[in-house]
Amino acid sequence: MTGIAAFEPKILGFLCNWCSYAGADLAGVSRFQYPPTIRVIRVMCSGRVDPVFVLRAFSRGLDGVMILGCHPGDCHYATGNYYAQNRVKVLKQLLGLAMVNPDRLVLDWVSAGEGQRFAALVFDFTERIKALGPLDGAGTAGVGEPPREELLERLAAARRAVESEKVRWLVGRKQEMLEAGDVYGQAVDQEAFESLLDSTVADKYLRSRLLLLADHPLSVKEMASEVGMAPRSVLPHVVSLEQDGLMAMVGIEGNSPKYQRL
Amino acid sequence: MDQARVGVFICHCGNNIAGFLDVPELTRYVRTLPHVAFAQENMYTCADAGRAEIVKGITEHDLNRVVVASCTPRTHEPLFRSTCQQAGLNPYLFEFVNIRDQCSWVHMQERELATKKAKDLLRMGVARAVLLEPEESIEVEVVPAALVIGAGVAGLTVALSLANRGFEVKLVEREAETGGLLRGVNRLYPTGDDARAFIEAKVEAAQRHPNIEVFTGAEVSDVSGFVGNYEVVVGQGAPVLDGRPGRELGFAVGVIIVATGAKEFKPVGIYGYDGERVITQGELEKLLAKGMSSIRSMVMIQCVGARIDARPYCSRICCMTAVKNALLIKEDDPRAQVYVLYRDMLTLGTEYESLYREARGQGVTFIQYSPQSPPTVNGGQVVVYDELLGQALSIPCDLVVLSTPLVGQADAANLAQLLKVPVGEHGFFLEAHVKLRPLDFATDGIFLCGSAHWPSDIGESVAQAYGAAARASILLSRGRVEVEPIVSVVDEAKCIGCGLCETVCTYKAIVLRDTGAGRKAQTIAASCKGCGVCAAGCPDSAISMQHFTDEQLFAQIDALAELVV
Repeated sequence: MTGIAAFEPKILGFLCNWCSYAGADLAGVSRFQYPPTIRVIRVMCSGRVDPVFVLRAFSRGLDGVMILGCHPGDCHYATGNYYAQNRVKVLKQLLGLAMVNPDRLVLDWVSAGEGQRFAALVFDFTERIKALGPLDGAGTAGVGEPPREELLERLAAARRAVESEKVRWLVGRKQEMLEAGDVYGQAVDQEAFESLLDSTVADKYLRSRLLLLADHPLSVKEMASEVGMAPRSVLPHVVSLEQDGLMAMVGIEGNSPKYQRL
Repeated sequence: MDQARVGVFICHCGNNIAGFLDVPELTRYVRTLPHVAFAQENMYTCADAGRAEIVKGITEHDLNRVVVASCTPRTHEPLFRSTCQQAGLNPYLFEFVNIRDQCSWVHMQERELATKKAKDLLRMGVARAVLLEPEESIEVEVVPAALVIGAGVAGLTVALSLANRGFEVKLVEREAETGGLLRGVNRLYPTGDDARAFIEAKVEAAQRHPNIEVFTGAEVSDVSGFVGNYEVVVGQGAPVLDGRPGRELGFAVGVIIVATGAKEFKPVGIYGYDGERVITQGELEKLLAKGMSSIRSMVMIQCVGARIDARPYCSRICCMTAVKNALLIKEDDPRAQVYVLYRDMLTLGTEYESLYREARGQGVTFIQYSPQSPPTVNGGQVVVYDELLGQALSIPCDLVVLSTPLVGQADAANLAQLLKVPVGEHGFFLEAHVKLRPLDFATDGIFLCGSAHWPSDIGESVAQAYGAAARASILLSRGRVEVEPIVSVVDEAKCIGCGLCETVCTYKAIVLRDTGAGRKAQTIAASCKGCGVCAAGCPDSAISMQHFTDEQLFAQIDALAELVV
């Protein structure tokens, strides 16, 4: 049995009650056939999907996640799908940082009348995941995903990052800030906002990784080698974690101070 | 609640599930899952016998959670919830597992993998069921008004029926005048009534009715809200400069009825259709209404553009229309020759069948053809291979009339999208359930009737319209409707009062209030629609959604992954 040929991807689908779940039902009523790879969790709105759910699915070894909602402008709750869109953008960045191929997550739209479209999306996504191989098995090496233990560490850091208040605030208020401006009524430049969000997410991810690594005393150099960065790029984050009272210097070995999380 | 005791009822749905999944294997499997105290298969779980089994299971096995694996919660959840309630179980301790619409029907060639998928879905459902909590439904008021879309015979009948019960009706018609297809029809079968007099009476009654407001040249442009409280925007009048309609009107209604009808298929490029010597039945109706000069010989061809790969359905009304018009022509001039070339004659019931016999008695010639050798039309000559005689016949004629099917409105999908209801590939709207809820959509508070649903004749359209009006009246006359208690709940101990939830809520259903312990978010349950945007964004996991809690969703994810890790 060769890995790829026998590989049946296990895909989790979050489908909103009003549009995409109805579209999936319509595919059934119309007998449109699609691969038996997707398992559906019904939610009221794609906006209900907490990024943590998606990271949980990947850390439990599922190969792909589809979030399907109402088409833009058609959300049963007016704007829920826009929140889903903003969250998925951050999630994809985090998956990239965690070295999980971001293509393993898709957000798309299916209306109640689009049974055919639902079937086609599942078919295409299945093909895509088949090409990527299992997230948690023999196929991973080929697409550059790390071995399981490291993957779990990275996903745990991603989870911490997405749970951080600052990231949640920026993601949650993105729409409003771009449309209505900041608290002083000043319109926010989209590019500037995106770049602030990007760097915040990247910083939070890195600091979360450092914290998770430093469950025993580590020098900045050791931490840097674990996360594959230069020590001078890691140092400011260690200092910042120290200032936030999350990490502390616990000793000195030779010339190197050793840090551990609190 | 005590230790969870889950009962699982797996439906065969006749052959719909059992024909494609190994149901006995599913039952064996589900018995091995933690907390499953009882499992059984049913032929039809939604039938009386099946539901009696659920009640029996709850009582005899002391079940405190029920899982039904069958069709879709969108149509059958209310039924099974009420069954649970009947046995004294809180309806929110019921969990639905969709193994038909999203499994057996879509993996018909993959029994083994589909059975495996169904096992995963069952495991996920049981895991969620264990964590379900009893909830109380929330009641909201119903706006005592209806929106009826389409003012043909079905729409007018619904509007009058609701208005006569005392409810306010907004009747929206996109054409310049109301009346629909019947305006172009001559006489009605089987009574022979004048179609225009018939529809004119309804039009006038609707216009005069104090409870009905008619909008012509108007289209629905936006719909939001929920059962009992829909907000509708209607655009009326010619578009002005920026492409927007002349004026926009907004109103609130409790229910919506779709009665947008259908259109006659124009057989362009078929049998030399030219609208003059080769015409459709619809065009013949108009000629007959005007009073056409007498005809010596006429050939009608049935099933033109119907019951073929592109349009596999039977349009139901064309056989009787042909019989009716053949008789009218014979009545006008008994010497006229009328030939009806058919594949199968559909003249249901006693009255229609007797009209068909009368047409035969009057000398109308019915000739069966097969779709493999269809008739050919050449100038004033139709050649048909008579299946019964076993030979080709050549028929000279003055006029060829093509019986073409009714087809769905070309833009039905647009309206479907506004209402978030399904429409099939032929442009006809799809009901919630073909037998159990034929006039309802799966979305609560939206109904359908007439040819928007399927080609229907006048009798059927009127009957469906009365039915839809009756269904809608249940909501309107009760004045209140129960909605699911899927609302946000704030854990004040975790809430830091940041106010992000207040920012993201479209419905102003979660607000910050001063409490003894500082500013905390609080839910206004009656305003909360249950989307969960606040819960999914809360920086401190302080918000949960009732009936869709984080724990329940995590349990589903973990249950799915169980065999993966």
